[in-house]
Amino acid sequence: MATVAEQWVLVEMVQALYEAPAYHLILEGILILWIIRLLFSKTYKLQERSDLTLKEKEELIEEWQPEPLVPPVSKDHPALNYNIVSGPPSHNIVVNGKECINFASFNFLGLLDNPRLKAAALASLKKYGVGTCGPRGFYGTFDVHLDLEDRLAKFMKTEEAIIYSYGFATIASAIPAYSKRGDIVFVDKAACFAIQKGLQASRSDIKVFNHNDMDDLERLLKEQEIEDQKNPRKARVTRRFIIVEGLYMNTGTVCPLPELIDDIDLISANMENSLASIGGFCCGRSFVIDHQRLSGQGYCFSASLPPLLAAAAIEALNIMEENPGIFAVLKEKCKRIHKALQGIPGLKVVGESISPALHLQLEETTGCRERDVKLLQEIVTQCMDRGIALTQARYLEKEEKYLPPPSIRVVVTVEQTEEDLEKAASTISEVAQTVLL
Amino acid sequence: MRPDPGGCCCRRRPVRANSCVANGEVRNGYVRSSAAAAAAAAGQIHHVTENGGLYKRPFNEGFEETPMLVAVLTYVGYGVLTLFGYLRDFLRHWRIEKCHHATEREEQKDFVSLYQDFENFYTRNLYMRIRDNWNRPICSVPGARVDIMERQSHDYNWSFKYTGNVIKDVINMGSYNYLGFARNTGPCQEAAAKVLEEYGVGVCSTRQEIGNLDKHEELEKLVANFLGVEAAMAYGMGFATNSMNIPALVSKGCLILSDELNHASLVLGARLSGATIRVFKHNNMQSLEKLLKDAIVYGQPRTRRPWKKILILVEGIYSMEGSIVRLPEVIALKKKYKAYLYLDEAHSIGALGPTGRGVVDYFGLDPEDVDIMMGTFTKSFGASGGYIGGKKALIDYLRTHSHSAVYAASLSPPVAEQIITAMKCIMGQDGTTLGKECIQQLAENVRYFRRRLKSMGFIIYGNEDSPVVPLMLYMPAKIGAFGREMLKRNIGVVVVGFPATPIIESRARFCLSAAHTRETLDTALKEIDEVGDLLHLKYSRHRSVPLLDRPFDETTYEETED
Repeated sequence: MATVAEQWVLVEMVQALYEAPAYHLILEGILILWIIRLLFSKTYKLQERSDLTLKEKEELIEEWQPEPLVPPVSKDHPALNYNIVSGPPSHNIVVNGKECINFASFNFLGLLDNPRLKAAALASLKKYGVGTCGPRGFYGTFDVHLDLEDRLAKFMKTEEAIIYSYGFATIASAIPAYSKRGDIVFVDKAACFAIQKGLQASRSDIKVFNHNDMDDLERLLKEQEIEDQKNPRKARVTRRFIIVEGLYMNTGTVCPLPELIDDIDLISANMENSLASIGGFCCGRSFVIDHQRLSGQGYCFSASLPPLLAAAAIEALNIMEENPGIFAVLKEKCKRIHKALQGIPGLKVVGESISPALHLQLEETTGCRERDVKLLQEIVTQCMDRGIALTQARYLEKEEKYLPPPSIRVVVTVEQTEEDLEKAASTISEVAQTVLL
Repeated sequence: MRPDPGGCCCRRRPVRANSCVANGEVRNGYVRSSAAAAAAAAGQIHHVTENGGLYKRPFNEGFEETPMLVAVLTYVGYGVLTLFGYLRDFLRHWRIEKCHHATEREEQKDFVSLYQDFENFYTRNLYMRIRDNWNRPICSVPGARVDIMERQSHDYNWSFKYTGNVIKDVINMGSYNYLGFARNTGPCQEAAAKVLEEYGVGVCSTRQEIGNLDKHEELEKLVANFLGVEAAMAYGMGFATNSMNIPALVSKGCLILSDELNHASLVLGARLSGATIRVFKHNNMQSLEKLLKDAIVYGQPRTRRPWKKILILVEGIYSMEGSIVRLPEVIALKKKYKAYLYLDEAHSIGALGPTGRGVVDYFGLDPEDVDIMMGTFTKSFGASGGYIGGKKALIDYLRTHSHSAVYAASLSPPVAEQIITAMKCIMGQDGTTLGKECIQQLAENVRYFRRRLKSMGFIIYGNEDSPVVPLMLYMPAKIGAFGREMLKRNIGVVVVGFPATPIIESRARFCLSAAHTRETLDTALKEIDEVGDLLHLKYSRHRSVPLLDRPFDETTYEETED
């Protein structure tokens, strides 16, 4: 029945074709030929490409002059001439030929010249040599690395840890592994440069909240919620992250963690400070950390940490676990120096009393950053002449998003004695008076 | 006018050179000896490219075409795996099969999922099956022979247990140990031990603050001397050297011309800089020249302003292909179009050249022609870290503006000492000829190994002189099989598949070392021969395709603007 009906429709169509007027058929025919021509013709080329002759192109090539590869750097650029440290950067440090007490290296627990650390590293050197000659995926995984990851996971009370061979690369590789284009990240204003680079590599939307200001963060989160309700389909595929630092390097303050969140997904840390080694690690739940083993750029595409540095880090963990009293000692010293440095004319202390890395900023700036930097450098040089090694906090002025004001960095370590702290406070006070007033 | 091709590359056949320099344009000429004749002679075809005397030595590089049947079977293989992947996902979703991998926390189940499902499809269903070929833990020096810790898996590679046994004296063809400096005895280790005792291990500060030790200054002077440049600067991580210094050199308004197969660190550095990136076909000088011409003539897109600078990013040896960059032609192009050249010698420093000074030495060129010479200490020096060498103005600028100098810790002192001792050894400054012997041994090993593999009938990519030897596997199942069979025969190899390589071109990659003796290589070759027969890997039909024959189309570049 159906086929007869179909046939009947077909017959009708053929009849219609015969009965159509000629111009109609011709028009349809032309249209079909035009479509075929468009389908097979070349893609549309921009008009300009054929406008310049060969000679004109050659002239353009001749005339073009690039900028010099690098702009010239003036001889008295403040960062050009480095301080040269002869020998190990330990408690008694020799900088530019002068013997000083070290208040500038981040050697918080004094493990830099600990004999146990050196012995562990030496044993590892005798067994493995220096380099690993390969990334983790290709015979660069040593049993020392696996041990260190286990120990770190246990120490931080998490499921798993992953180590990187460079402190800066740790957070700069971890962020782009999770956050991609289209995701939203809420980050503190005083975040360090490594975090900024990680965010730049991730291409996500960045929303900055004022430093340690939980109300500002809440406001941003509420705004985001309103946005989500306007566009629920987009909201379902946008991930959201919050990034904060435990102890902010740029301001010496601690983030208000209990107000912020009740459980942390990823902790990233640096082994180059307290652990007196090199490298960094991330720890958290296996679900989160395992992802970095295939998508952390600084992990997959880079050679692994030399085993002697991993062995030193393990020994440092041993010392920290055997000797938990060391942290209380450090806290005391921090409070002591914080108090001692108060009231220096012309300089103010920036940082919490329990923070081992403080900043000394000018109470009143001269208005020009260069002059501030020069003044602070003068203070630092004179302190070094008198046997206290300090340094200015260094930043890349043009690259930082929120450039902190110039300051002197003061670092407290467990090895500094009462006398050292007293001497430092008085020296800085005297020098500040001479230079600033 | 044109120098005779010379005797070395065309041993038994007279060859015609098609090289020409016309209209000031640099063109590749190549020589192809007649197929029939060459097939008879040791079953090899040489492709020599010369260009009016730019090359002082023959340049033999070939990439044999994938046989059609193999390509089809490879696609079929991946198709089958994908289907099974969907099936398994389905079973896991409906809990018919146990789910082994970690999952989200209960409280976070209604958050947006952390990973995209499809991103992990490949990891869950393809990578997991053959995961035991990677991340093999070792417990000895990564020298010519290595001890591997035995692992077992009872749940198809989802988790591993260590049996406690150690597979001893596995021939190591995977570590980047080109000159054999990965040792735990000898002068390098002793010097490093002494420095460790004196300086400790860490530095706890950045270069610009108080982390600049006298050891670093010594190292940098030595590196500059070694490379033949005015000054050099050393960094703690090779990857970071690229990703932190390229942004310091170029910025928005500049153009980066990057090779197709550049390493992830170069790509990341280029992206972070904010400059416009255009990609040219791998080692293809015509593609590069077209991009340069178009860039200068047409300027920046839309505004037509002239570009501030043009930077060409190339590598010395490409570690996945085994090819060597055509440096003489790149330098000729760079001089003609006034661009700057950034050469990443991660794999080629120490491994190429009669004195081990890298690819510049290999071609007999002047190091001053390369604007920025970058390299790493991980491969040929048995340490870790990277360096950049160049004119004093460049290094002064980097000392003040490099991200690494301001925010990252400096090199660890014993590592620096290892580099210093190794470099002095290579330069011959330690009073022995050990350095020269190692370089010669490596070159001999490379030639021997490649010749033998080619004669067995495997498809080998890359340049004849490159110590990185990729052997093509193609099919996904053979990736796992090759790795496991070789380990059974006590040889450790590296196999690579997607996404490090194009999807059908998976390969095994051998890294030769001066520490390998002729006997070790013979043992390895015998086993590779056996496994090759077992797995039917001998695909070669001796029909190499010189790079120029690869189709070259008008739309050569892609713009990626961030």
